[in-house]
Amino acid sequence: MSVGVEGRFAGALGGFRLDAEFHLEPTGITALSGPSGSGKTTLLRCIAGLTRLPGGLYVEGEVWQDDRVFLPPHKRPVGVVFQEASLLGHLSVRGNLEYGARRAKTAVLDETIELLGLEPLLSRSTGTLSGGERQRVALGRALLTQPRLLLMDEPLSSLDAGAKAEILPYLERLHRTLAIPALYISHDAGEIARLADRVLVMDAGSVRPAAAHEALSLDGLGPAVRDALALAALRAGLTPQA
Amino acid sequence: MAEVVWTTLRLAGLTTVLLLILATPIAWWLSRRRAWWKEVVAAVTTLPIILPPSVLGFYLLICIAPQSPLMGLLHPFGIRTLAFTFTGLVIGSMVYSLPFAVQPIRNAFEAMGARPMEVAATLRASPLDAFFTVALPLARRGFLTAAILVFAHTIGEFGVVLMIGGGIPGKTEVISVRIYQLVESLQYGEAHRLAAGVVVFSFAALLAMLLIDGGPHGGAERVTTP
Repeated sequence: MSVGVEGRFAGALGGFRLDAEFHLEPTGITALSGPSGSGKTTLLRCIAGLTRLPGGLYVEGEVWQDDRVFLPPHKRPVGVVFQEASLLGHLSVRGNLEYGARRAKTAVLDETIELLGLEPLLSRSTGTLSGGERQRVALGRALLTQPRLLLMDEPLSSLDAGAKAEILPYLERLHRTLAIPALYISHDAGEIARLADRVLVMDAGSVRPAAAHEALSLDGLGPAVRDALALAALRAGLTPQA
Repeated sequence: MAEVVWTTLRLAGLTTVLLLILATPIAWWLSRRRAWWKEVVAAVTTLPIILPPSVLGFYLLICIAPQSPLMGLLHPFGIRTLAFTFTGLVIGSMVYSLPFAVQPIRNAFEAMGARPMEVAATLRASPLDAFFTVALPLARRGFLTAAILVFAHTIGEFGVVLMIGGGIPGKTEVISVRIYQLVESLQYGEAHRLAAGVVVFSFAALLAMLLIDGGPHGGAERVTTP
């Protein structure tokens, strides 16, 4: 039986109420879609430990949060890519990559640098990077801590079409090599179709599988079918239920 | 004259270093708290800007006089009073310039937002680690502005140092007090030299600060093409 990630969070945050239960497979990218304001980012922040709501979170059988335990974010082996790259402006690209790696006591892996094409950027200052380059560095920085869970919050939404097209191939390569569970928040059906193995939909603070049945598996399907399925899943998620 | 300049610079330097250390946790706390009453604390730390120096000097003098309960705590250590001492002067200057240290640092911390600290946390940095390796470097302009303001403001103070320092030559007499005494005794020549020095210094300090504030963001960016 697969373990992966099991989580549930229930609680109020300001006027918003989150009541979400979800499961992530041990590998593969799970897309999290749904209308804005449905709680996607809040759920991601709860998983990372940046927001604290009552609930439980178990990663590969390890307790990150339950009624008695709450691991603070810096004790969770999680990689987070925010909507804006959020690079540390006082450090170079290399400094950003090393910041997490050093603290996670992992080596800066050449494979990761190569996978994301970061070699030519290493000595640059973060202020000189394009939007796409910044997100690649942010992704590399998260991966270099060798996380056990990867969280991405609409990493492409702030990019223009050109930058998106530039970074998507890197994400696809990552998808093929990634051996940990990943949660990928996105509104974009095209992105989801290209990157996700499963789709979850959030609506008014709760999570449910895409479409009517179980989390929709897009494994082993042709690109066109995956596109159509992802679109259907998205529409199902975006249309209010009667 | 060298002596009075040295006393002044020593006072300003010491006040700046100690005040930056004291103001940092206050500024951090003010920038991260959302409670309304934090502004009460902010107002207290800002009070020295609008209080007349004589009022501030009066209360400070009472606090560091031999009869004060605060000094009572120090009696067992052989310290009876800090009035008319250099140490007393440093403490007075710190209170007097507190807002000039807290405000720029607080602004820098607030401008940074919560994100850099969250990023650092997701990169396994403990809060203390992140504070020193992310928050402090990102707020460096605020610290530079605070340092210049405090140093210049301490050199410019007169009322407080006169009241709690007494202008004892070689000990608590600073440039501003010396100028006052020189003018009182009609020694305009030396007063001119000291006064002109303060004007030149103050202008240079303000110019430096404006250049730091108005300069390109992030300072000198190093551009290296692959």
